[in-house]
Amino acid sequence: MNRAPLIFLGIFFAMAFSWTGIILTNQISYGKLTPYVNLDDGKAYPQSLPGDAARGKLVYQDLGCISCHSQQVRQPGFGTDIERGWGERGSVARDYIREKRVFLGTMRTGPDLRNGGARYAGQGGREWHIKHFYESTLTSAGSIMPPHRFLYETRAIVGEPSPKAVQSLLPAQYQPAPGFEIVLKQRGEDLISYMLALKDPELYPEEAARVYVPKAEPAAKEEAAK
Amino acid sequence: MASASQLAASLKPSASPEMVKRAELSEIDASTKLPALFFFGSSILWLLVGTVFALLASFKMHMPHFLGDYEWLTFGRVRTAHLNAVIYGWSINASFGVAFWLMARLSRAELRHSGLLLIAAAFWNIGVTLGIYGILAGDSTSIEWLEFPPYATPLLFFAYALVGAWAIITFRFGRSKHIYVSQWYVLAALFWFPWIYSVAQIMLIFSPARGTVQSLVNWWFAHNVLGLWFTPIALGAVYYFLPKVLGKPIHSYYLSVLGFWSLAIFYNWAGVHHLIGGPVPVWVQTAGITASFMMVIPVIVTAINHHLTMIGSFSALKFSPTLRFTVFGAVAYTFTSLQGSSMSIRSWSEVTHFTHYTIGHSHAGMYAFFTMVMFGSIYYIMPRIMLKEWPSAKLISVHFWACAIGVSFYVLVLSIGGVKQGMEMNTLPVGADGKVGGPIAFLEIVKNTIPWLKMRSYSGILITIGHLAFAINFVWMLLKPGSVGASAPTLFRNAPDLEVTR
Repeated sequence: MNRAPLIFLGIFFAMAFSWTGIILTNQISYGKLTPYVNLDDGKAYPQSLPGDAARGKLVYQDLGCISCHSQQVRQPGFGTDIERGWGERGSVARDYIREKRVFLGTMRTGPDLRNGGARYAGQGGREWHIKHFYESTLTSAGSIMPPHRFLYETRAIVGEPSPKAVQSLLPAQYQPAPGFEIVLKQRGEDLISYMLALKDPELYPEEAARVYVPKAEPAAKEEAAK
Repeated sequence: MASASQLAASLKPSASPEMVKRAELSEIDASTKLPALFFFGSSILWLLVGTVFALLASFKMHMPHFLGDYEWLTFGRVRTAHLNAVIYGWSINASFGVAFWLMARLSRAELRHSGLLLIAAAFWNIGVTLGIYGILAGDSTSIEWLEFPPYATPLLFFAYALVGAWAIITFRFGRSKHIYVSQWYVLAALFWFPWIYSVAQIMLIFSPARGTVQSLVNWWFAHNVLGLWFTPIALGAVYYFLPKVLGKPIHSYYLSVLGFWSLAIFYNWAGVHHLIGGPVPVWVQTAGITASFMMVIPVIVTAINHHLTMIGSFSALKFSPTLRFTVFGAVAYTFTSLQGSSMSIRSWSEVTHFTHYTIGHSHAGMYAFFTMVMFGSIYYIMPRIMLKEWPSAKLISVHFWACAIGVSFYVLVLSIGGVKQGMEMNTLPVGADGKVGGPIAFLEIVKNTIPWLKMRSYSGILITIGHLAFAINFVWMLLKPGSVGASAPTLFRNAPDLEVTR
């Protein structure tokens, strides 16, 4: 008896089962999720990345940052992401709809970066990142992130020193020879712009109505601890 | 030992009394010679390349400045190059070789026009080379398990199409009326892989799906490469080599059928367990957890079948390299699968996800199980297609012990270090006064992982030694003059009661 056709059918339907369930069903159910338009400020959230940050995302991609950093905040009560200040709320699917490539990540050798731009913002945040990428232990003692000095270049000062020179942020042992200065390459600038742009907006009303937040729990825990 | 003569027969074809059947088999073996050699040779080359990347990545974790100034060799790229070199270079090349050989033998069909397969092998390896180059040069897609840049993948597709078509043709031209369970596994894997690979390419790279639907596609693919490609190929090999070397039938035919279908139904839903607690619908996560847990059924069934076949023949492990590697792999399969099922439980995933524990688990699967079975298969196949024996039993022994001890230690240290890391990262410490404190500082956690990462590097060195022994033995075998009929099979030691050493 030739059972090959029967075996083949079984093999086909086994795969079709999960393809339908995991891929097709979810593509239909939330593959067309749209941004939330806030009528107060007239903006659509989540907002798309500004141009330099979008270029920086490509740098993040080509350097393989995802090997050590996730971009998803776990929900309250599951892990300690909120307590660590990695976000004010857990991440939801709508946060990612503008992203052509989603870097959820599966590893936390380094901290989660979903809201990295909220932790280190503005000029201070920029300077923090300039130091951090040059030598991570300057800002974070004990960090094992590799140095990213290939994002910088040391060049001879021609005429006036560049206003973009960064060596003043670095300690003595990294100072260039006299007549030279250290500047960020464009890739480095872009990557830092991306880091500073990483921040999720306030929770969208639709999700806020749906997400279960165990408000009474902290009090109950303290009660139990006593 | 009742099976002694059969064991001898399986180890040394010319010793068998069934000369006619043997002649047919050796003709079939001969027809697979060139493609199998190409696949195995390139797989071993990639194994070495992947090992170098692995060592670099591992040392960089506790010596971040090591080769730190080269953008091409920054950690994120080297680690990615390691993964892709061992998956697409070593593992898939090796599984092509093993799958073809198994398919030809079990279908009782010579491989036709094997020259075309050489073209497939060449395209596959050019594709992998381009892909690895792309990753190092900065063209990685950063989609886990699919990092090859888009310019490398068409080559892989073309190569795969030839490979798949040839396997089906071999099967169709077969003279065997019976379809053995190994063929089920190989045929299914050959059919499943292009499906998941093309869906992933389309929905992630050519026309990306919106938002975290991408993540679902990503992990549906990545876990299915393990579950529906590597696992079936390696299980097919175990189902073939275990009874073959022992000279006795598999414990239960019905269990092997049950094992196959339960794997086919449950495994392809399991991938979502990589997204537990993530921003994807909770019902899919729950379905993924359920499927991961249901995997206990095929795993236990297969374990019973393999280990009960083995019972009573453990002494053969002392002699046969193929058996030793294969049994190590089969035991590792049981272990890593049950571990994987447990890791899908929400509260345990909360701790182990995002940590080195997962890295340990993936090496238990891809290395201790899959790679060890492939080693065993290559030890069996090579003498039959080359018509000469492995030159050095000593090197095989070094290979086995270095890799077996190396990977066991690897999994052990990363499991301990990973659980520690996960506990510190995801639970709030409770002080002596019973008060719940703030989370442990992140850099403190990083510091605590370093001793474990160092031990991982040491186990990596051990594994590297094993790979070198294997590669030397392989090249030596290719170069040494053949001596048909005059040589005895290469066993770990002389086995007087087996009477195969003359």
